[in-house]
Amino acid sequence: MIINVARKELKSLFASPMGWIILALLMLAFGSFYLQGVNNYFEVMSGSIRPAERVGVTIFVGQTVYGIASFLMLFAVPLLSMGLISGERKSQTLPFLFSAPITLTEIVVGKFLGLIIFLSILVAYILLMLSTLNIWSDIDFGYLLSNSLGLILLAASFSALGIYFSSLTSQPIVAAILSFIALFALMGLDKFFGSQPNHWFGYISLMKHFQSFSRGIIDSKDIIYFILFITTFLVLTIRRLDSDRLRG
Amino acid sequence: MTEATLNAMDLSRQFGSNFAVRDVSFHLNKGEVLGFLGPNGAGKSTTMRMLTGNLAPSQGGVKICGIDIIENPKEAKALIGYLPEIRPLYKEFTVNEFLSIAARFHKVKSSSVHKAVEAAKDKCGLAHMSNRLIENLSNGYQQRVGIAQAIIHNPEIVILDEPTVGLDPIQIREIRKLIKEIGKRHSVILSTHILPEVEMVCDRVQIIDKGNLVFHGSIEDLKQHRLGNKLLIGFSKPPTLTKLKTIKGIEKVEKDEKGMFILKFKNKYLPAEEIVYLAAKENWGLYHIAPHVTSLEDIFMQLTQVQSLDNQPNKVKQT
Repeated sequence: MIINVARKELKSLFASPMGWIILALLMLAFGSFYLQGVNNYFEVMSGSIRPAERVGVTIFVGQTVYGIASFLMLFAVPLLSMGLISGERKSQTLPFLFSAPITLTEIVVGKFLGLIIFLSILVAYILLMLSTLNIWSDIDFGYLLSNSLGLILLAASFSALGIYFSSLTSQPIVAAILSFIALFALMGLDKFFGSQPNHWFGYISLMKHFQSFSRGIIDSKDIIYFILFITTFLVLTIRRLDSDRLRG
Repeated sequence: MTEATLNAMDLSRQFGSNFAVRDVSFHLNKGEVLGFLGPNGAGKSTTMRMLTGNLAPSQGGVKICGIDIIENPKEAKALIGYLPEIRPLYKEFTVNEFLSIAARFHKVKSSSVHKAVEAAKDKCGLAHMSNRLIENLSNGYQQRVGIAQAIIHNPEIVILDEPTVGLDPIQIREIRKLIKEIGKRHSVILSTHILPEVEMVCDRVQIIDKGNLVFHGSIEDLKQHRLGNKLLIGFSKPPTLTKLKTIKGIEKVEKDEKGMFILKFKNKYLPAEEIVYLAAKENWGLYHIAPHVTSLEDIFMQLTQVQSLDNQPNKVKQT
């Protein structure tokens, strides 16, 4: 059943110009940053630096592309997630889902999964693009995989939060703005507490946990953080929808 | 006693301190069309939402073919097809796409989804609209898509909330025909505030007002209320009232504001023939004689007003 809901959601995303436009714009952005990364690599690494300070091509280009990808997701995900529930509220289609033999959990998880599948198209695209470096050099695939995993977990966390804010209102735009502000704050928490790197407030920052992935380290601590983050917001969404049924 | 497919037991729903629906109990028999009649804001839609599991009742319960919708929502919901008042259509999809989604959501096996979609389109006359976007369909066709998604999984019970609102007379006729057709194979609950619609389509009717059930019975019962053994007669040279009263079987004679006579007669008598004979013989100048029909609206007013005298007026929140 979850798969059916996810399928419907994917179909919805591709039935509107919004999905296609975001996909196209992001791919354009990733592509140009990739190109710039490769160009810079040749400029910077053309012998001016001492051999000990040289960086591999994977890290040099990968850092540019994944850095910008995590930043652009901050804008893209709220735009994609805003309509997931508030759009249905607005067009009064929620009763269609509620009166079908599907549980609320299946609805919410299905919608979440649909969005993740959509976003993983982008992650797969980046991975494929960076893999082409392998044609003329020998790249570190482990680094790419760790970054991809980090990016997908980050995007999934964004989506979970986006779905929650989408369930709170019947205005998609309001949902998008709210989730953008919340995500922006969560991303930058560690920057606000830059002077105290070990403050617990900094610890709940999303970016802090993405950083280890971007260095090529898969840390179970960070994976658990992301999974907890996602679960929390999905459960909150389910509770919010259930209160629709209870309170009317 | 025929098998009941739906049982509503003492359903109540409160919004804050206001009762939208209070102690409504009824049952739906297999293969019948039940009309749910009431003015706007009477609690029709609230009741429907509770029947389909879209709203939790404050008290009472609903059983679908013996399955409790609160305890086993998945099993119970699989047996219901529901078209809410505002039709839940994903307008960015084509008719085919939308109906396949509806079929899959209602647990139609993936091998028979195509067949189910075709069958539903056939029943609702949508075959030539298969690849049109729902957004571009006319109001009437959108309503048909709404009905098609409610019957796509061949449910035991079809619940339609005001299915003819906002349609033009031709579309209304077609939708009513369609509902009658559906009523042959499924049990149907139909809510409406249009009285003749109930008479045309339904087998049984119940009237709800301010959250309370005020009448339930067969269409014949309702018609009985309506016809009530009365004749409406017009004379140009009227006789005295006492003279009319002497005619066999006449119970009561009244004169209405236009100078017409309303004769109430006893059951099993039909005094029309004698009246015509007497009128001709005594030259009363008979120019009109017909059964006197109390309009459904009047009955409706009677029923709902009696109720509001009985009960203290309780405010009803519009849902």
